[in-house]
Amino acid sequence: MDWLVQLLDSNQIFTTATLLHYWDGFRVTVQLVFISLLIGLVLALPLAILRTSKNPWVSRPIWVYTYVFRGTPLLIQLYLIYYGVTFIPGIQDSIFWFIMKDPLYPALLAFVLNTAAYTTEILRGAIVATPLGEIEAARAYGMNFAKTMRRIVLPSAFRRALPAYSNEVIFMLHSSAIASTVTIVDLTGAAKDIYSQHYAPFPAFIFVGLVYLCLTFSILYVFKQLEKNLLAHLAER
Amino acid sequence: MLDLHGYGPAIFMGAVLTIEVAFLSLLVALVLGLLGAVAKLSPYAPLRFIATVYTTVIRGVPDLVLMLLIFYGLQIGMNTLSDWIYERFDYDFFINIDEFVAGVLTIGFIFGAYMSETFRGAFLAVDKGQIEAGIAYGMNKGKVFRRIMFPQMMRHALPGLSNNWLVLLKTTALVSLIGLTDMTRLAKEASASTHEPFVFFVPVAAIYLLITIVSEVGFKAVEKKYSVGVVRG
Repeated sequence: MDWLVQLLDSNQIFTTATLLHYWDGFRVTVQLVFISLLIGLVLALPLAILRTSKNPWVSRPIWVYTYVFRGTPLLIQLYLIYYGVTFIPGIQDSIFWFIMKDPLYPALLAFVLNTAAYTTEILRGAIVATPLGEIEAARAYGMNFAKTMRRIVLPSAFRRALPAYSNEVIFMLHSSAIASTVTIVDLTGAAKDIYSQHYAPFPAFIFVGLVYLCLTFSILYVFKQLEKNLLAHLAER
Repeated sequence: MLDLHGYGPAIFMGAVLTIEVAFLSLLVALVLGLLGAVAKLSPYAPLRFIATVYTTVIRGVPDLVLMLLIFYGLQIGMNTLSDWIYERFDYDFFINIDEFVAGVLTIGFIFGAYMSETFRGAFLAVDKGQIEAGIAYGMNKGKVFRRIMFPQMMRHALPGLSNNWLVLLKTTALVSLIGLTDMTRLAKEASASTHEPFVFFVPVAAIYLLITIVSEVGFKAVEKKYSVGVVRG
């Protein structure tokens, strides 16, 4: 451990204090991304199924939701929720204010709504791509809609959606950097703090860029393994 | 009607600035993308290596981090350079990296990486026989590229290009964070001073949405033009 202490003492920027600051930011980023992806996926599944409905009164509103959230910058969505939530009449007296005055929750809400919109479209595309014969076969076996979805459509749709979803996960990781604009100290926020303390943009931002790069590669690796297992039937022989 | 408290004209100018940033960075991205794609397909290993590092690193790091790095870093780099030149050659000069240049360069640099991937895939999708046929007709390399490769490549590249453009457009909102007064920043300032966030953020979001819709219609038309030779089943 001596060499580590020596290394940390030998420079001004990567001291124990700043590394701990980065570590806290790292935890915030991972939590923020993981929780918003999880809730987003849970929301997106029913939305995607409803989005494939033949009834326009069901599918159109969901299309409008996904179109608006995919067509506007996440930064605007975040500002709208972060600054707007204060002005909802009566919110400051309600129990929600206790939650919403922490910037983490407005950011989480914005991220969830954003990723749910993208994931809905990804899942919809995968559901629509189910071969018609499979659905006819399920019907012929006497399965109802729910059973067809559960046993036939969704298992193969999830597999088909996997490559596109891995892109969405990486996209979400990168978008989470804008959480630092609403006073959340995530990885980027930590880098900004350290930059302004030492006026050293290169060490601060290059280091944090490398951390993001490692995270991106880890996500890619996990999805590659998943694809290898779940899409084995599509692999080249 | 909508009461913008006198901020209307300013936000309109901000929208113009957003479009300027978007188009200029698209231009940078297209040039870098074509260069990157050519480098990735080139027979020289060092070129391929540089292009691969470029696309991998850029696509692995958040745009905001890159933007902050380039905005703060480029100025310090430039100052160091001018100090060095002053000491060595006694020649005094100062280059100011303003927010506009930094923003356009960063966004162009980031999306150049995405464009390289799009163009590379599109070049590979052109049938090799087409190129051979061109050479058999006695066309030189430039002519083969202009008359055969490019028009067919564009058909394959267009869906990716339109996607990249739409993401780029939304990324321009980040330039507000390095101090450029685009419409996102103006909306933020206006809503802070009037305490009416919805009045400003909703119209600005609507403008982004409008540009998206117009671009989609435009790309549909261009796609039609480049798909003239394709028979649809």
